[in-house]
Amino acid sequence: MAEVDLRGVSKGYKDTTAVDDLSLHIKDREFVALLGPSGCGKTTTLRMLAGFIRPDSGQILIDGKDVTDVPPERRPTAMVFQSYALWPHMTVADNIAFGLRLRRLPRTEVEDRTGRMLEVVGLPGVMKRYPSQLSGGQQQRVALARALVLGPKILLLDEPLSNLDAKLRVRMRDEIRRIQQELQITTVYVTHDQEEALTMADRIAVMNKGILQQVGDALDIYDRPATAFVADFIGSSNLLSGTLRLGGASAFAQVGEARVPVEADGLPDGAAVTVSARPEDMEVLRTPAPDAFRLEDPRLVNFGAYKRLLGRHPAFGQLEARVPKAFALGKEPVYLRFTRARAFTNDEGDRS
Amino acid sequence: MAAQVPALPAIRLTWWIDDARIRRMLLRLFAAALAVFIGIPLLTLVLWSFAGEWFWPNLIPTQWSLRWWQEVLENPRVTNAMFLSFTIAPVVTLLTALVAIPAGYAFARLDVPFRRTLLLLFLIPNAFPRIGLYVSLAVLYYQIGLIDTYWGIVFLHMIGTMVYMTWITTATFRSIDPHLEEAARDAGASPLRAFFSVVLPLAMPGIIVASLFSFLASVDEAQGTLIVGTPHYITMPVLLYTLISSFQRPVAAVFSVLLALPSLLLLIVAQRYLHSEYVAAGLGRV
Repeated sequence: MAEVDLRGVSKGYKDTTAVDDLSLHIKDREFVALLGPSGCGKTTTLRMLAGFIRPDSGQILIDGKDVTDVPPERRPTAMVFQSYALWPHMTVADNIAFGLRLRRLPRTEVEDRTGRMLEVVGLPGVMKRYPSQLSGGQQQRVALARALVLGPKILLLDEPLSNLDAKLRVRMRDEIRRIQQELQITTVYVTHDQEEALTMADRIAVMNKGILQQVGDALDIYDRPATAFVADFIGSSNLLSGTLRLGGASAFAQVGEARVPVEADGLPDGAAVTVSARPEDMEVLRTPAPDAFRLEDPRLVNFGAYKRLLGRHPAFGQLEARVPKAFALGKEPVYLRFTRARAFTNDEGDRS
Repeated sequence: MAAQVPALPAIRLTWWIDDARIRRMLLRLFAAALAVFIGIPLLTLVLWSFAGEWFWPNLIPTQWSLRWWQEVLENPRVTNAMFLSFTIAPVVTLLTALVAIPAGYAFARLDVPFRRTLLLLFLIPNAFPRIGLYVSLAVLYYQIGLIDTYWGIVFLHMIGTMVYMTWITTATFRSIDPHLEEAARDAGASPLRAFFSVVLPLAMPGIIVASLFSFLASVDEAQGTLIVGTPHYITMPVLLYTLISSFQRPVAAVFSVLLALPSLLLLIVAQRYLHSEYVAAGLGRV
C-alpha cells in the first residue's frame, strides 16, 4: 500500500510561483506522469515529494501520514535523477549498497540484495566497475537499481531518459514500465515528452505555469482536453480564437468572417473562446461542400507513415490536416472541413 | 525569398591562435622562458651551496666543497629553526583546514548573505603591504601577550593560509553536483553523513592542493614571523634573512636549498597522487 496525496501544495520563488495550489491523489501502484513544458513546476512538485523542497503551503501525505516536514532521508521515497547522480568515487556495487549499509544490514544480505537488484534492471556483472566506465543506458539502470534496492514505497523519476539517444529511450521506456509492473510500485514520473507520458503512465497530470491543467489517462488527455493549453500541448492542434455563438442545439464559433461548428459544453453565448481541432479531425475534400472552405497555398510535408497538408485560410490563418501517405496535390483546389472542433474559454485553465 | 547578401568572412586579429604550429611554438617558447627564469637561479643556488671557491668569470665553481653544508647542519640555531618551521606548518595547515573546509562548503552551497563580499574580505590582507598589517598585529600581540609565542606565529600564518584554503575549497565544493549529495540524502543519509560519504571524498583533491599551498606558505613566511616571533621563535626563512644580511652567500645557498627541499618533495608527491586536471580545477573555478 502506498498512496500519495498532495493537498493544495504551493511553492514560490522570489518573484515566480513554481507550483500553485496543486492537489493530486495518486493511488496505490499507480504510474502517474507529470507532464508539461520546462518551467511548468513538474520537477518542483517531484522534489517536494522527495523532500528536497519544502512547500510554502499545503500538505503532502504518504499513506495518510503527513510528511510535509519530514526530511528526505526519512521519507519512503526513492528518486532517480535526471543526471543519474551516481557517486563517481564508488563502484556500482557500492553505489547500490550505500543505503543498505546505512541501515546496517548484514554483509551477506547487502551483497545478496545488490546482486538481485542488478539482475532486475538487467545489468549483471558490472558490480566492480565505476560509473564512468558505463554507458549512459547502463548508468541509468544502476541509478534505477540504487533507488529500488531500498524497497521504497514510492519511486520518483525526474526526466530519467532525457540524456539517452532516441532508440535507447524507447527501450528504457518499456523497461521502466516493466520493472514498475513487476515490483508493483507507486511511481511518479516527470517528463516534458508527451510520448513518454502517453505510453508509460496510467494517468497523466498535465501542468502549465505551476497550475495543474488536467489529470486523466492518455485517451482523456488527447480526446477530451480540459483546457486550450492541454489541447495545444498534447499532440498538435489547429488553434483559432473567436466568439462562441449558441443557436438551439448547435454551437459555432465566429472566427473573423468565418464560422466553425464546435463542441462547447456549458459555455455561455458570446464567450471569447479558443477553438482547437486535431489535424486528423480535418476532412480533406476535392470539391466544394457545405461548411467546407478552400485551402490556400496547399503544400505537403512527408512524415513517412503519413503526410501533413499545410495551408492558409483568410480567417483561420495557418491550418494543418493529416492525410494518408498516398495523398498528392494536383492543380485542382483542395477544400477542408472541421469534423470535430472544441471550444475552450480563454479565461480558465490559464489563471496566471 | 529575397536574395541574400553573402556575409563577408570576419577578419580576426587572433587568427594565429588557430594555427597549431604557431600555438605549439609559442608554448615551447613559454616553457623555455619558464625554465630560464626559474631554473637558472635555482641551479645557481645549488652550485653555490657546493662551491669551495668560485670567482668571476668562471661559469662553474673552481673548487667543490661540502664545508658549507657541514657548517649549516652542525649549527644548533639551524636545526632549531628547522624543527620550529616543521612543527608550525602542520599545525597551521590543520587549523586552517578545520576553519576553511566548513567555510568553503557554506560559501559554495548555502545561501550565505553577502557571499561575494565575505569572500573578498579574505583577500583584504593581501591587498595591502603586509608589513603594515604585521606591525599593527605586533602591537595587538603585545597587549594580549601573544608576542614571541608559538601560537602567535601560528595565528599570523593563518591570516595568509585562510585565503588559499577558503577560495580553493569553495571552488571545489561548487564543482561537485549538488544532486550527488541529494541522492545520498534520498538513500537515507543524514546531512552530515552525506557530507562525509559523498562530498568530502570528492573534494579531497582540492583540499589536498589547498593544504599543500598552506603548508608551503607557512614554511615560507618570514616578514611577519620576524616581527612577532623574535627573539625566541626563529623559523627557517627568518634565519635565512639573517644569514643573507651577513653576506655569507654559500651558507645562504645551502639554506635556500634546504628550504626548497620540502616544497619540492610535497609537489612531487602531489603530482603523483593528483591528476593535473584536479589541481587545475581546484585553482581555476571560483
